[in-house]
Amino acid sequence: MEVPISTAELLTTDGIPLKQSLKKAERKNKLRAFLLVFPLLLFIIVTFVMPIGDMLLRSVDDAQINTVFPNTFEEYKKWDKEKDELPPEEVYKALFLELAYGDKIQVGRALTRMNYSKSGWKSLIKTTSRAIKKVVRKEEFPDSYKDFLIETNENWANPTFWYAMGQMVNATTPIYYFNAIDMTYDENQNVIRQEENRRVYVQTWLKTLKVSVYVTFFCLVLGFPVAHLLANLPLRYSNLLMIFVLLPFWTSLLVRTTAWIVMLQQQGVINGILVWLGILNDDGRLSMVYNETGTLIAMTQILLPFMILPLYSVMRVIPKSHMRAAQNLGAKPATAFWKVYLPQTIPGMSAGGLLVFVLAIGYFITPELVGGKDGKLIGSWIAYHLKTTLNWGLCAALGAILLGVMLVFYWLYNKIVGIDNIKLG
Amino acid sequence: MALPSYSTPVQRTYYYAYLFFCSIVFFFLVAPLFAIVPISFSVSPFMVFTDGMLSWPPDPDAWSLRWYQNMIGNCSSEVVSSTVPCSHKWMTGTVNSFFIGLTATFIATTLGTIAALGLSRPHMPYKGLIMAILISPMIVPLIITAAGMFFFYARINLVYTFTGVILAHVALATPFVVITVTATLVGFDMNMVKASQSLGARPVRTFFKVIMPLILPGIISGALFAFITSFDEVVIVMFMASLDQLTIPKQMWAGIRQEISPVILCMATCLVALSIFLLTTVELLRRRAERLRGIKSR
Repeated sequence: MEVPISTAELLTTDGIPLKQSLKKAERKNKLRAFLLVFPLLLFIIVTFVMPIGDMLLRSVDDAQINTVFPNTFEEYKKWDKEKDELPPEEVYKALFLELAYGDKIQVGRALTRMNYSKSGWKSLIKTTSRAIKKVVRKEEFPDSYKDFLIETNENWANPTFWYAMGQMVNATTPIYYFNAIDMTYDENQNVIRQEENRRVYVQTWLKTLKVSVYVTFFCLVLGFPVAHLLANLPLRYSNLLMIFVLLPFWTSLLVRTTAWIVMLQQQGVINGILVWLGILNDDGRLSMVYNETGTLIAMTQILLPFMILPLYSVMRVIPKSHMRAAQNLGAKPATAFWKVYLPQTIPGMSAGGLLVFVLAIGYFITPELVGGKDGKLIGSWIAYHLKTTLNWGLCAALGAILLGVMLVFYWLYNKIVGIDNIKLG
Repeated sequence: MALPSYSTPVQRTYYYAYLFFCSIVFFFLVAPLFAIVPISFSVSPFMVFTDGMLSWPPDPDAWSLRWYQNMIGNCSSEVVSSTVPCSHKWMTGTVNSFFIGLTATFIATTLGTIAALGLSRPHMPYKGLIMAILISPMIVPLIITAAGMFFFYARINLVYTFTGVILAHVALATPFVVITVTATLVGFDMNMVKASQSLGARPVRTFFKVIMPLILPGIISGALFAFITSFDEVVIVMFMASLDQLTIPKQMWAGIRQEISPVILCMATCLVALSIFLLTTVELLRRRAERLRGIKSR
């Protein structure tokens, strides 16, 4: 029987209404729980989330060059391109002064950025700077800066350079994203495709996707029977066999990659065995490493545990009686498997598949070491621009696109499996 | 799941084919790891099985410990070969790896365990969002993390320092601690905390005397995961560490890139041994935890 209670009338001993008092306690509890999480949350935000955010900002950031040529860009914006073919005298003057008195290192950095918009900027500015230095030393400033600059280098009368400058006058730019998908600006700032021989990213993106799909497929084909066996064996055997899955999982990635180089190289273990067995002759040794084959083989082995473990945890709870029941009702084993067992493993397959796919897309170490020239994936380009060309804007843009692709798949993963259902070991 | 006695020959064939396929996959998973062990004991400076190693009866001249001596920096004349340099780099790397790994593990385990306690409270607000943020370092590809951290830490002068590398590794390792400890806390009876507090224990004492002994297996396996994450990590180290912060993975990476030498395989063998040790520990802890919580394995 329900007792009608009017909470409004209930008071605690110190005269506060019960509802209010409960709310207060609730708030206190929430605060306590939050305070426990707070140190780590703050730590992750500072050491991880902010760096990622910084990278995203950097992918559109064009402020550096604006600090080098602020007046030039200011005057440039006033230039009416319809009326005059070349920018007015003020633009030339501002550029002259900023090159003459600007910080040398800053100008040097700006040059690299300018060359991304149009090749030729670097030499143009360098020769001009030299001429300007001479003028400044002698203190013989010209009457017309425009004529002076055009005299030093005729490219200053070439409107295409001036049009290219238009890409840089804003503090943000989408150019790195365009570059990351093999697009660029033409003279009139229309977005066009890169020249044929400079198109590298689209095919790398496609290759990254292709390798990830293949690796996922191979992992599924190899992982499914193994997970099935592990799930159906008595526990004392399956625990023992599980070591075969967990040991690679716990072993250093570099060790596994090295091991694959030893196995697959021309004088390696597999070629050696094949020659010894007489399947191959000594000249016909297969090249299985430093190419795409090597990447596929090594990545499949490295990511296989991530497929087997989720499949196993799903298959373990599928009752064995279902298959028997299906066969009792007259289904052939193949039909029973196809119609009864397989549909029940779909959550495991999608969890494992997505996990492997997402990990494969972002892989860097293994493709870089065993991939050779044609097995490299997008991660290698990110590293290349980060460390070698120092084109950090493009590096950040490639990273941002990769991150976007990942997040889409993780969103899917979360919908299907749930992020907090990730289990280890 | 042996085959029933009434199965047809076709079923038998399928069954044995299936077992055969599975054993090949198991072989595929572990064979590369064990193939490198004998080669690390070879005399030859090439990473191959030499004829002497394969001959029967065994040829003692084909085997040696010279690359292991090279690895520990014992550069006597018999160890030095023209193609394989000998230096103390591997030992420096080992010391650095353990220093960075243990420091990062300590910080990650402390922060992660405290956070897991908060996350398992029923009153935790915005649990999903916070969990997503805390786990994100595990999800984002390492190369992106490395790029972002390199840009950001360069601004605050933390690249090429131990502090920078350790902070980065703590960030990468905490998700593992949070996940394992939260999982252990699922079966934890919160009434015990209430009991302890009603008997007059302060929260800190309650944690060390009541909660910690019970969730210790979870904390230890979280710590082991954290340690192996930091110990294995190469991408961050590649960009954020200078030669002063040389670690084992960084030295291995350089070795694979430049001079492929059997010394790498010696270190790899040691690392396989380490992973077997860690795997065994985690497995034993997991079983103990399941026993304690009364979850019976089938």
